[in-house]
Amino acid sequence: MSLLVIAEHDNASLKTATLNAVTAATKIGGDVHILVAGSGCGAVAEQAAQVAGVAKVRVADAAHYADQTAENLAALIVANASGYSHIIAPATSNGKNTLPRVAALLDVAQISEIISVVDADTFVRPIYAGNALATVKSSDATKVITVRTTGFDAAANSGGTAAVEALAAAADLGQSKLLGRELTKSARPELGAAKIIVSGGRGMGSGENYHKVLEPLADKLGAAMGASRAAVDAGFVPNDYQVGQTGKIVAPQLYIAIGISGAIQHLAGMKDSKVIVAINKDADAPIFQVADYGLVADLFTAVPELVAAL
Amino acid sequence: MKILVPVKRVIDYNVKVRVKADGTGVDLANVKMSMNPFDEIAVEEAMRLKEAGKATEVIAVSCGVTACQETLRTAMAIGADRSILVETDVELQPLAVAKLLAAVARKEAPQMIILGKQAIDDDANQTGQMLAALLGWSQATFASKVVIGEGKATVTREVDGGLETIEISLPAIVTTDLRLNEPRYATLPNIMKAKKKPLEVVKPADLGVDVAPRLATVSVTEPPKRSAGIKVADIAALVDKLKNEAKVIA
Ligand SMILES: Cc1cc2nc3c(=O)[nH]c(=O)nc-3n(C[C@H](O)[C@H](O)[C@H](O)COP(=O)(O)OP(=O)(O)OC[C@H]3O[C@@H](n4cnc5c(N)ncnc54)[C@H](O)[C@@H]3O)c2cc1C
Ligand SMILES: Nc1ncnc2c1ncn2[C@@H]1O[C@H](COP(=O)(O)O)[C@@H](O)[C@H]1O
Repeated sequence: MSLLVIAEHDNASLKTATLNAVTAATKIGGDVHILVAGSGCGAVAEQAAQVAGVAKVRVADAAHYADQTAENLAALIVANASGYSHIIAPATSNGKNTLPRVAALLDVAQISEIISVVDADTFVRPIYAGNALATVKSSDATKVITVRTTGFDAAANSGGTAAVEALAAAADLGQSKLLGRELTKSARPELGAAKIIVSGGRGMGSGENYHKVLEPLADKLGAAMGASRAAVDAGFVPNDYQVGQTGKIVAPQLYIAIGISGAIQHLAGMKDSKVIVAINKDADAPIFQVADYGLVADLFTAVPELVAAL
Repeated sequence: MKILVPVKRVIDYNVKVRVKADGTGVDLANVKMSMNPFDEIAVEEAMRLKEAGKATEVIAVSCGVTACQETLRTAMAIGADRSILVETDVELQPLAVAKLLAAVARKEAPQMIILGKQAIDDDANQTGQMLAALLGWSQATFASKVVIGEGKATVTREVDGGLETIEISLPAIVTTDLRLNEPRYATLPNIMKAKKKPLEVVKPADLGVDVAPRLATVSVTEPPKRSAGIKVADIAALVDKLKNEAKVIA
């Protein structure tokens, strides 16, 4: 049995989310192959070959894979799908964009955001914003799966000695093209990979306050910064800060929720964090029901005090 | 151009979901049902394109039980011109819905289909992408801005690192993210008007689609509960706990 993991990368480096997907593949069992589709992505293929537990890396290097458009990527994956029992990608925005397309072209179901593997056909996935866990069994010949990265440890990114093999590119479908990207630049850790996250909600009041109050705390802790939907909608921070059912799913060692009420849609994205701290002036805020340590206080005095105490 | 908007009837997003004791699913008896929030955004976007003179007709489509007619009436109260119910009692999974929608699309020949990015019940985030694949169309998922041009559209997408803007050829699939627009409320006169708008009912068999589920649900369970924590008196106590009890900071 062989499994194909779709690499998440930016043509220069392999993203950690791929390593979580490799672990899920390893749990299912069989020969794990990684597909790297990109442009000038040789370095990514080399990194993929060093991932522990990977048997083979297959690389399709062509200009029309540079931007990971779903139409071209899905066609490539489908053209190379035969012989694989499972096709797996991390549940990143790329993975979510492409894998359902692959599944439909193969006429199979897609299983979204699994958090654990029961056996080669059976998987556990959250539904209803994580308020229920469904165990589902697939009867399809090929299982097409996205993996919630917080459900699986990252595979080691060294120690592997996989063979690297070139794949022929499929035709350029020319259906969509990238015009530009506006990516958030930050020296801080990525939300998905951070050990500590400082997250702010509507209670921050403004984007200026968000930065003025929370950045010193994030600096002290070496933390990534997150936000509730309300904070993003109000324009305090860009969309990629959003944690929740429809934002990023995170599970750091420490999640500090500041001025966040704790709506179920927000909890869905962070309630698997190891330790949760909530600072909120409303003692009845639902966030306190999931917080290990709650402090009822005005954030504008409490957070600077916390920074000073660290 | 015609725009098709698939709308799903789901448990209202404010309802606290309860897992059934027998582990077969969640309790939907006497629970408030509403249109999937992302689909309201999809209907709103279609209406704005119509009001801007870019679209000529907006057709809402729902697949599922008879009660989905309510969801379609809501879509027509927001402004959709007419609607189609693909009626079945069978549990529909995203691939089956995509096949039904593809069959409707082949009949109606829209230039754009706007779906929600995700249904808040199954949290699948699949149907739009699958539909694009079945029709061989381009796709722009997680849209926060849509601009229609000549035979093409420019769409800004919410992605992991921020935003990206792509150009897609029409016909195309768009799936909505939360910040695409703020849906209007249906006014009472429009709710009354919606009652008279056409609602066609078809069956999966009429469309020649096999909707049998591919995934069997073995069980549905409650997630592990977090044990309630404690309230600390002040920052000093909080720092002490984090250092000495939780040991998450040095
Ligand atoms: C389909 C759908 C998807 C959604 N997806 C997400 C998602 O992915 N992520 C997400 O976060 N939300 C999501 N939401 C929105 C969610 O329902 C809530 O509206 C949102 O999480 C609320 O954000 P908030 O807690 O920042 O704001 P509020 O609920 O307004 O809470 C603000 C909190 O700040 C506190 N506060 C105010 N001032 C101070 C102060 N000076 N000091 C201390 N505390 C203070 C208040 O007591 C209050 O508890 C979604 C909603 C829908 C319908
Ligand atoms: N039964 C259905 N009827 C109509 N539209 C649906 C149905 N199921 C899903 N959709 C559409 O597909 C989107 C994504 O759903 P999902 O892939 O299930 O997360 C929804 O927001 C709807 O626009």
